[in-house]
Amino acid sequence: MSITDTTPDTAADHPVLPMASAINQALDIAMGLDPKVFLLGEDIAEPSGGVYKVTMGLSTKYGTDRVRKTAISETAIIGAAVGSAIAGYRPVAEIMMMDFLAVCLDQVTNHAGKIRYMSGGQTPVPMVIRTSAGAGRGFGAQHSELLEAWMIHTPGIKVAFPSTPADAKGLLLTAIFDDDPVLFIEQMMMYWDVKRYGGPVPPGDVRIPFGVADVKREGTDVTLVSYGRQVHDCLATATKLAEEGISCEVVDLRTLVPCDEAAVFASVHKTKRAVIVHEAVQRCGFGAELSSRIHEELFSELAAPVQRVGGANTPVPYASNLESDFLPQVHDIEAAVRRTLG
Amino acid sequence: MSERPDAPDRDTLLAMFEIQSRIKLCDERFRSLLTSGQIQLIYYSPRGQECISAGWGVHLRPDDYVVTIYRGLHDHLAKGVPLRELWAEFLGRATGTCKGKGGPMHITHPASGLMVTTGIVGSGIPIANGFGLAAQLDGTDQVTVVNFGDGASNIGAFHEGLNMAAVWKLPVVFVCQNNLYGEHTPMKMSTGVDFISERAAAYGMPGVTVNGNDPVATWHVMGEAIARARAGEGPTLVEARTYRFYGHLMGDAMEYMDKDERKAAMAADPVVLYRQWLLEHGHATEDQLGEIEETVTAAIDDAVEFAMNSPFPDEAELYTDVYAEAPQ
Repeated sequence: MSITDTTPDTAADHPVLPMASAINQALDIAMGLDPKVFLLGEDIAEPSGGVYKVTMGLSTKYGTDRVRKTAISETAIIGAAVGSAIAGYRPVAEIMMMDFLAVCLDQVTNHAGKIRYMSGGQTPVPMVIRTSAGAGRGFGAQHSELLEAWMIHTPGIKVAFPSTPADAKGLLLTAIFDDDPVLFIEQMMMYWDVKRYGGPVPPGDVRIPFGVADVKREGTDVTLVSYGRQVHDCLATATKLAEEGISCEVVDLRTLVPCDEAAVFASVHKTKRAVIVHEAVQRCGFGAELSSRIHEELFSELAAPVQRVGGANTPVPYASNLESDFLPQVHDIEAAVRRTLG
Repeated sequence: MSERPDAPDRDTLLAMFEIQSRIKLCDERFRSLLTSGQIQLIYYSPRGQECISAGWGVHLRPDDYVVTIYRGLHDHLAKGVPLRELWAEFLGRATGTCKGKGGPMHITHPASGLMVTTGIVGSGIPIANGFGLAAQLDGTDQVTVVNFGDGASNIGAFHEGLNMAAVWKLPVVFVCQNNLYGEHTPMKMSTGVDFISERAAAYGMPGVTVNGNDPVATWHVMGEAIARARAGEGPTLVEARTYRFYGHLMGDAMEYMDKDERKAAMAADPVVLYRQWLLEHGHATEDQLGEIEETVTAAIDDAVEFAMNSPFPDEAELYTDVYAEAPQ
């Protein structure tokens, strides 16, 4: 099995797919490789194949023992994943919307996250929680939230947050065969929008290691650090500012636990300026932690205080204009870059 | 107690007595060491509930799974967690079951099949389903017994967990050790049914209430539920009625408990009554039972000494076992 760091350059000849298809491929490959991999979650089996069709075809191929449709019982879903993981399986549990993590947080944090430690390493919990998330679809406050900071704050859980179809596939394969619980966050805006978020996906079992950031664009004046869908907004900002001669480097973290701090520090060491961008509400978001780490390590080198761009400190509103205002936009990132330039 | 024609064979009766004695004598030692200030720890006494764990303990194989809660000492012992490692873990020592990192509320010993001890009421129930699901997918006949209190039947995890187990016909036995109190609140003030087993009907699974202080009756009920699970016939909810002699946790003033009720329960100590019954009906001689108790006492002496003389974990252990990878 190869572990390859895929980059857009080497992937130019691969078929362009939407992120949902790339995730489906990863699940298919993992189930084909290892009979201990199974899926459980609401509506994931045929004929629906998941509310976003991400698991389409898998129950037909692998049977309903291994692609298990469950009751609407998030606590029971995660509990079953925890127990079966300790017993030697590699369950991939789907929590339909990230907001629903609130329903099963005890199982996620007190059990999946702590059991390896509490048992002195005797009982690892190799499981994945796939969850769709994010605003932009007019789903309102309870179906749109990004809560990665909860999980980052919980020792014992790893967090992956892909921005491209190739990364989604490669990181998910790594997540499934990792021996720790992994929260795998999929922004639903990217599932099927090939035009904006599609990308080349290498065939086969190509895994992307955790804790390795991807420098999406090199630059010299300011570092934009992001993950997930907002990486695309950072790239758009960089393109726009390049017209004025402002050179932005864009670093995609890809996984938040573990976090490739070294890549961030190396970039900021070069540019002396940093803007951290994420969709989750700004207050106590991952940007706060990362900003603090940059200041701790590079304070004397910084040409300006690190800037953060996050979602508004509000629930996600329904009305389309308000939802747009909630989300970090290219103009917000652009303004933050200008603040670092003084 | 009268003679019981339905009693199991003598070996089983004595095996149950041995488990009960381990629990009773361990508990007495813990309380004595705590009261005298020789050890300090959060302690949830299982005293009074011995017959329940012994009742399932003698039916289970080493490869069966058990999940339990913070009041779990009796369950740990019934599943065969070794005394030395158990005591060392309670005392937070490097030689404990979990290297001293879990403590009494998180005893884990997979070699004995004691898979999870949780400190969160009701939360072991959905996890037990995962063990049951693994056995079902593997095609083995392993059974999972998950223990919890009457209080746990009022939390959401109970509802989700029992429903899923019934839908998937999982080989899990749900053992509600109903000691009539959820922390400091009597069951009648927190629970809308008189018997927890009535709730099984809501999930389409059998529910049975047994006198958990009657070792023979408990042995029968546990045996039937475990056999059902082992045969692939699905889960059972067993409510074993009992009483908690020493309140919620050590040091509890127990002012919320009825004094006469507690006095009566302790006068009918199920371990003492069972011992008398074994003697009165010729199932064992005083010498036999005395020898069991002496052997257990010696093993506890050894375990306490082992634990007391064991080192605390190395400071580097703080950072290990958080993730699979070594700390950076």
